[in-house]
Amino acid sequence: MNIDKKITDDLVANGVSFVTTVPCKQLAGVIEEIDERDEIFHIPSNKEDEGMGLCAGAFMGGKRPAIIMQNTAIGVTINTLATLIQYYRMPLPMLISYRGELREPVACQVEMAVHTKALLAQMNVPTYHFHHQSDVEEFDAILKYTFMCNKPVAILTDANFWGGYGDQ
Amino acid sequence: MIRSEILREIAPILHDHLVVCNIGLPSQEMHLIDDNARNFYMLGTMGLSSSIGLGLALSQPKTVISIDGDGSVLTNLGTLPTIANNVADNYILLIIDNGSYGSTGDQPTYAGKKTKLEAVASACGCENVVTCKDVDTGKALQVAIDSKQMTIIVSKCDSGNIKLPVITMDPVVIRDRFMKAVSA
Repeated sequence: MNIDKKITDDLVANGVSFVTTVPCKQLAGVIEEIDERDEIFHIPSNKEDEGMGLCAGAFMGGKRPAIIMQNTAIGVTINTLATLIQYYRMPLPMLISYRGELREPVACQVEMAVHTKALLAQMNVPTYHFHHQSDVEEFDAILKYTFMCNKPVAILTDANFWGGYGDQ
Repeated sequence: MIRSEILREIAPILHDHLVVCNIGLPSQEMHLIDDNARNFYMLGTMGLSSSIGLGLALSQPKTVISIDGDGSVLTNLGTLPTIANNVADNYILLIIDNGSYGSTGDQPTYAGKKTKLEAVASACGCENVVTCKDVDTGKALQVAIDSKQMTIIVSKCDSGNIKLPVITMDPVVIRDRFMKAVSA
């Protein structure tokens, strides 16, 4: 199974047409796939809170947005999640590269990994963790859930899910 | 002129368009001067007025004006390259540059010292960057709307605030009302 293609297919099938990204090596394939789809407008952002602002505007303009980023961005976006996305009750699927998990080669990444789920839990953000490739089968249902409940929803995708950091 | 005087003067021009109002006093002033469904009031999240406006402009055809401040643009300086590289000709970023963090007590910003936001915007690749005096803001705004080209306006004005109440509208009500105006 090509998970980059499956994720992108599910985004398109769920009407997601506005995607902002801050890259991660693990996300390179899915970002490339998104760039190839005419149905999706891809707008890279310089920082993830900026990206959430873009998504908020796109949602109010009638588009279904999504953000693709690293889990380090949870540290950047807590205020934006609380005072913009959650306060105004907006849907936002967050496809997150879960760095610092099993098969991670960079020690510093573990420092945010140990806080990631706790921060998301503290924020009451529904959180899913993709560890095996077959977990991607739930992505379609997670997108439907996100746009049903108008909440930010986190999909943490670790190195094992992507086939090992840098081993793809 | 101070910001509230500029907003009062340009309110009739803003009235027919989608307006993203920056956090704090700019939102409170727009709410007081001309509350209507086409205004989106930011109740939090400093710095993202320009990003919300750009996302909105890229997603639908109506003219969008983001009212921002020099302090807020400095908070989210990464917004300028994103704007420059994703041109939306229905988008105007109006930076009310009073050289201070107005909502927090007029502490000076770097834009009031050596940093020139108009030069930063140009260096980031923004193509239509207009600098104007406070009294000329309305004229510059109308020209930008009529040009149907994405424009960054930096309006240089005095620092200072008026006393006014906070916005007590529920955020979901603000958002719902605004979205109905967007799709109307």
